[in-house]
Amino acid sequence: MRATVTVMLKQGVLDPQGEAVRHALGALGFEGVQGVRQGKVIELDLADGTTEADVTAMCEKLLANTVIESYRVELGK
Amino acid sequence: MKAAVLVFPGSNCDRDLAVAFRAAGADVSMVWHKDMNLPEGVDIVGVPGGFSYGDYLRCGAIAAQSPIMRAVADHATRGGYVLGICNGFQVLCETRLLPGALMRNAGLKFVCKMQRLQVETTDSVYTSGYVAGQQITVPIAHHDGNYVIDDAGLAALRDQDRIAFTYLDNPNGSMVDIAGVLSANRRVLGMMPHPERVVDPAHGGMDGAPLFAGLTAALVAA
Repeated sequence: MRATVTVMLKQGVLDPQGEAVRHALGALGFEGVQGVRQGKVIELDLADGTTEADVTAMCEKLLANTVIESYRVELGK
Repeated sequence: MKAAVLVFPGSNCDRDLAVAFRAAGADVSMVWHKDMNLPEGVDIVGVPGGFSYGDYLRCGAIAAQSPIMRAVADHATRGGYVLGICNGFQVLCETRLLPGALMRNAGLKFVCKMQRLQVETTDSVYTSGYVAGQQITVPIAHHDGNYVIDDAGLAALRDQDRIAFTYLDNPNGSMVDIAGVLSANRRVLGMMPHPERVVDPAHGGMDGAPLFAGLTAALVAA
């Protein structure tokens, strides 16, 4: 089984890297980019029987720092 | 006073911290991150600067899960002293021994320079050797020192006088210029600047020496 965890900075937490990307896009002539948020995607290969609750625990304990980050879990085939 | 300095793969200020503790009169042991226990009778644990585990995932995140950090958390719960500097501060935030988190510097650049700080509280063993409001110069060297905390957490830090040091001319975007914070029991200090790099005249400054001297004075007397 595969799980995909998307970790993003929480809304309201300023994302300096996203801001830098937004500026760079503007400098390249891409107009109308009003905001960029940068996060990370973590793919997990999991043994059968691993539950969504297990993956949530992994996010809470390690994969995300919930002080500043939110996460989303998608379970795949 | 017995001090233990942790060593992670990628620590690079561990020996500097040991030298600073020794110069202040401490008996110092180096402790490998895979050890399960701290040496018997340790008063203070130093979590040094560096790039533990290559800053993978987030700065300090992997180190926070290492076996020795469980022993450090137990030590802190028992009322033991813990000093985290730079990457050590990041590790202490990741273990939740200190509140908040350290994000990428607002300017996105690694900042390495001498930095003016203000001592915000003298009510701790770390800061009792300074005068409240005193301005000191201590080096900083970090890419992720932008301290972030939620409103309730910030209010608690302020109400409980737990902001130890602030920056003058904020170099990294930290909330309300925070450079170092104390735990609720005032025994755990995390700070981004490197006091261990200004404890000898040959370092070009001595402004870190009162931190270590105050610590030794308090813990030897205890």
